[in-house]
Amino acid sequence: MANSNIVARTGNEAMAEAMRQINPDVVAAYPITPATEVVQIFAGYVADGLVDTEFVPVESEHSAMSACIGSSSAGGRTMTGTSSQGLALMAEMLYIAAGLRLPIIMADVNRALSSPINIHCDHSDTMMVRDSGWIQIFSENCQEAYDNMLQAVRIAEKARLPVMVTTDGFIISHGMERLEILSDADAKSFVGAYKPENYLLNFEKLITVGALDLQDYYFEHRRQLAEAMKTSKQVILDVAKEFGTKFGRTYGLFEQYKMDGAEIAIVAMGSTAGTAKVVIDGLRSKGLKAGLIKPRVFRPFPKEELADSLKGLKAVAVMDRSDAMNAQEGPLAVEVKAALFDASASSGANKTVLDYIYGLGGREIKPEDIEHVYNDLSEAAKGKAKQKVTYLGVRE
Amino acid sequence: MATQKKVKKPGWKELPEGDLIIGGGTAFEFKTGDWRSRRPVFLKDKCIHCLTCWAYCPDSAIITADGKVVGYDYEHCKGCGICYHECPVKGKAIMMVSEKEAKAKEKK
Repeated sequence: MANSNIVARTGNEAMAEAMRQINPDVVAAYPITPATEVVQIFAGYVADGLVDTEFVPVESEHSAMSACIGSSSAGGRTMTGTSSQGLALMAEMLYIAAGLRLPIIMADVNRALSSPINIHCDHSDTMMVRDSGWIQIFSENCQEAYDNMLQAVRIAEKARLPVMVTTDGFIISHGMERLEILSDADAKSFVGAYKPENYLLNFEKLITVGALDLQDYYFEHRRQLAEAMKTSKQVILDVAKEFGTKFGRTYGLFEQYKMDGAEIAIVAMGSTAGTAKVVIDGLRSKGLKAGLIKPRVFRPFPKEELADSLKGLKAVAVMDRSDAMNAQEGPLAVEVKAALFDASASSGANKTVLDYIYGLGGREIKPEDIEHVYNDLSEAAKGKAKQKVTYLGVRE
Repeated sequence: MATQKKVKKPGWKELPEGDLIIGGGTAFEFKTGDWRSRRPVFLKDKCIHCLTCWAYCPDSAIITADGKVVGYDYEHCKGCGICYHECPVKGKAIMMVSEKEAKAKEKK
């Protein structure tokens, strides 16, 4: 096992520590409770010359993400941090960062969205931007926040997708815990050097970034983004495996706690999973076969894997730390149910439900396209399996 | 009049990732001169080659050779008439004519 150092740190300190070791080229950020300390501590590192980062103190989170997009496009390893309303203000630029496939890394400290105004933890901020094309990695405690930040750099740069690593506001961000930090040399060698393939400051290979992309090309680019999110699952697993081999702490798409022989289980993300583990230990000692599934990545959603681990259970509860206001159920429950529905559909227990993604970026939908859907449905009704999600009208 | 060639467009697996356009100066290939209602016509004998039109043209559509104006790039000229407006020659070395009529003449 590599050199390790046991210290006491809060979640915000742990994330700032990871950022110091990563030593990114650019950090652009605006302070917001409870994430303020992440960049405040990091700004101290910049002032003290402990990192060579160009720190850009901007006047809003929208500008912070804009500066990150500029810096990442130029070819710099780029990071930021935010929370709640700050993430909401970044929303427009988050889509652009993902669409441009920029590997920006963000520390997001989960906090409720207004209104009513509230500074404490829930997951509604990250859920608000769940469709932006950012990988979302949740942390249960300070240790995971730190480990996830280091892994996020590798994941982002390999998957060419931006990554946000979250902690629960105040619960993790301000709670002090035991933390094993890597030596600077180990962290540096794990993260490695950033060598982008295409970047604006490469005068040997000229590029245009962010060109207008109407009916002709938008749909194909969104299709690429969807594929990148799908394939990022393997990237996340590969990076986690390497991290586990080197430093002894293993991660996956989700964690299974006491799921062997479990009859009932809850699905929970973030710090609640830690609480649940304690409860499960108690229940198990009383003979109740309880287990826990803790999704580590909410985007990409580990649909098949999660459904598979839940399939033998008698009952499942999903703990949603946010509401989707959709007159249905919380966002995590929607995803889990969808995963379970598809899993049971493949065993013949349910009707087939097909999804067609169409018309992106003003792409036309024609009568023959609708006819195509009807034809697929007739086939599906006869039991002939069709693919679950079809990108209708996208060029292969 | 610019003609847009009918080419097979790349699918999502072939396009560069992230809305990137690889290579420089690619905007030059984009023909913008197909929605002109008036066009400038070069009056060679009157031109004093001061290059004022060249400096003012927003589309870099004034063609020069050896420091002299030789004509206009109709694939990029939008017919805005700035060259005509700025031409310092008395009576103008540029004539703005109807695109429709000029095209009809070209056909003959």
